[in-house]
Amino acid sequence: MDGRDAPDDGKPSGAVVQCAALSKSFGQTLAVNGLSFDVGRGEVFGLIGPDGAGKTTTMRMLTAIMEPTSGSATVLGFDTRRQPDAIKERIGYVAQRFSQYGDLTVAENIEFFADLFQVPLDGRLERTRRLLAASGMEPLTERLARDLSGGMKQKLALMCALIHTPEALFLDEPTTGVDPVSRQEFWTILYELVAQGMTLVVSTPFMDEAERCHRIGLMHRGRMLAMGTPDEIASERSSLEDAFMDLIIGHGQE
Amino acid sequence: MSEAAILCRDLVKRFGAFTAVDRVSFEVKPGTVFGFLGPNGSGKSTTIRMLCGLLLPTSGRAAVGGVDVARNPEGVKRQIGYMSQRFSLYQDLTVRENLEFYAGVYRIPRRERQARIEEVMTRTGVIADAGTLAGDMSVGVRQRLALGAALLHRPAIVFLDEPTSGVDPISRRRFWTLIGELSAEGITALVTTHHMDEAQRCDELVLMRTGRVVARGTPADLIVAHAPPVILSVRCDRPQEALAIVQKTSGVRRAAVRGVRLHVAAEDDGLAERLDAELTSAGHACTEVRRIGATLEDVFMELAMGEAPP
Repeated sequence: MDGRDAPDDGKPSGAVVQCAALSKSFGQTLAVNGLSFDVGRGEVFGLIGPDGAGKTTTMRMLTAIMEPTSGSATVLGFDTRRQPDAIKERIGYVAQRFSQYGDLTVAENIEFFADLFQVPLDGRLERTRRLLAASGMEPLTERLARDLSGGMKQKLALMCALIHTPEALFLDEPTTGVDPVSRQEFWTILYELVAQGMTLVVSTPFMDEAERCHRIGLMHRGRMLAMGTPDEIASERSSLEDAFMDLIIGHGQE
Repeated sequence: MSEAAILCRDLVKRFGAFTAVDRVSFEVKPGTVFGFLGPNGSGKSTTIRMLCGLLLPTSGRAAVGGVDVARNPEGVKRQIGYMSQRFSLYQDLTVRENLEFYAGVYRIPRRERQARIEEVMTRTGVIADAGTLAGDMSVGVRQRLALGAALLHRPAIVFLDEPTSGVDPISRRRFWTLIGELSAEGITALVTTHHMDEAQRCDELVLMRTGRVVARGTPADLIVAHAPPVILSVRCDRPQEALAIVQKTSGVRRAAVRGVRLHVAAEDDGLAERLDAELTSAGHACTEVRRIGATLEDVFMELAMGEAPP
């Protein structure tokens, strides 16, 4: 293995994601303001907040698509600024907007992403078959991606993000606009991955989605207002939504 | 006015051999906030399109604001305002400019335009931002602006498509207060959503599946009528592995992992003890087996995943 490929800090880290004072400005706008958190292996971590909170920007920095303005982040031990390619090879990313090829079939899309990630041909067919079975998409292999329902599109995006057997998955609002049944099916697949050792970082504006995470960070206008398990943040008295409202008001961000 | 704001009688839409909407009937009283739920492929969108005058029914009747959708689809459009997540406001126009644009689209007479725009801006609480570019505003304010644009021509009925998804909790509460005010004035709101917290805020709901209405009533009615008898929240070791055991336990209708817990829909109260025993003996010590209240999501899962209607 090439020396370049070794994680930056030289020692195996327990944390899959680590960020310290991570910030991003676009001109005058401070979109992400000093985020610091860790995500452990096999954890489901949720970035929870309304549109405009900075979730997508944070995701882009963690997946090494965008450089921070200040602060730092490491994923699987690799620094996002210095070793972005090492990260991209080892993670899967499901973007908010449909980013598969509408005029390719389900099978062609998976093949395309397998090529893109240089998945070895040996074993590729088996892996594709298993992914299609796990997502229930076997009957749809020849359907054009643009003809899939919202829930099915998300499953296709997930399969394309899993084809190269990543160690961690980043999902940006994966179930926006998806009906509750499809959402449940999608999370069933995600939990099966977690049981096999996958680490998930999910962003969502929905409190009921937040409750599906092991730990969450509530974001509002670029800041992390609270971090902990959903139970810790929502006490016996209040719901997660009420707790979030109190935090927004308490931080004078109303 | 006692006439129904929206009326559907045995509404049918077929596309070739496929029946998308299969004899749907319901009535919406004026001033109601009416929610429309259903999984993808339930016929929900097709029904809405017919009610908006965008698609002609195959058979049956529907009237919106007293206007027959089959005989006068253009007349229907004048009765309604439509607000959608995807219905873009122009990001590089100000609040006022966006409203001026829509006032033109709705052909509001020129001499009434300014007064109407002021009225809508005041009512939706965006007047302080009149000169702000839509793209520079937060989502919560943009939602209210989108609603304002849908109200310019003073429709009796507004269609709201997932109106508060992605919005922060404070803005969401403010938005629904506004809907309540409109409702008190007799304006009818038809809301479509996949989010149970929006459904919860509706006066009445209709749930569609495979082209038919499978449930209707207030949120409370639906929970009483359709929720599983008992819902349990279980906290145990290794919930993902425990899931298989739970699903095989008799009396369990449905179970799913939710974070560190299992959400279990059950037939009877006795299940709590049985589950605790089963799980513990299988090596998944339970720290909590708690009965919780059923929500609309439980109703939705029960109706959308249970046996299909005959």
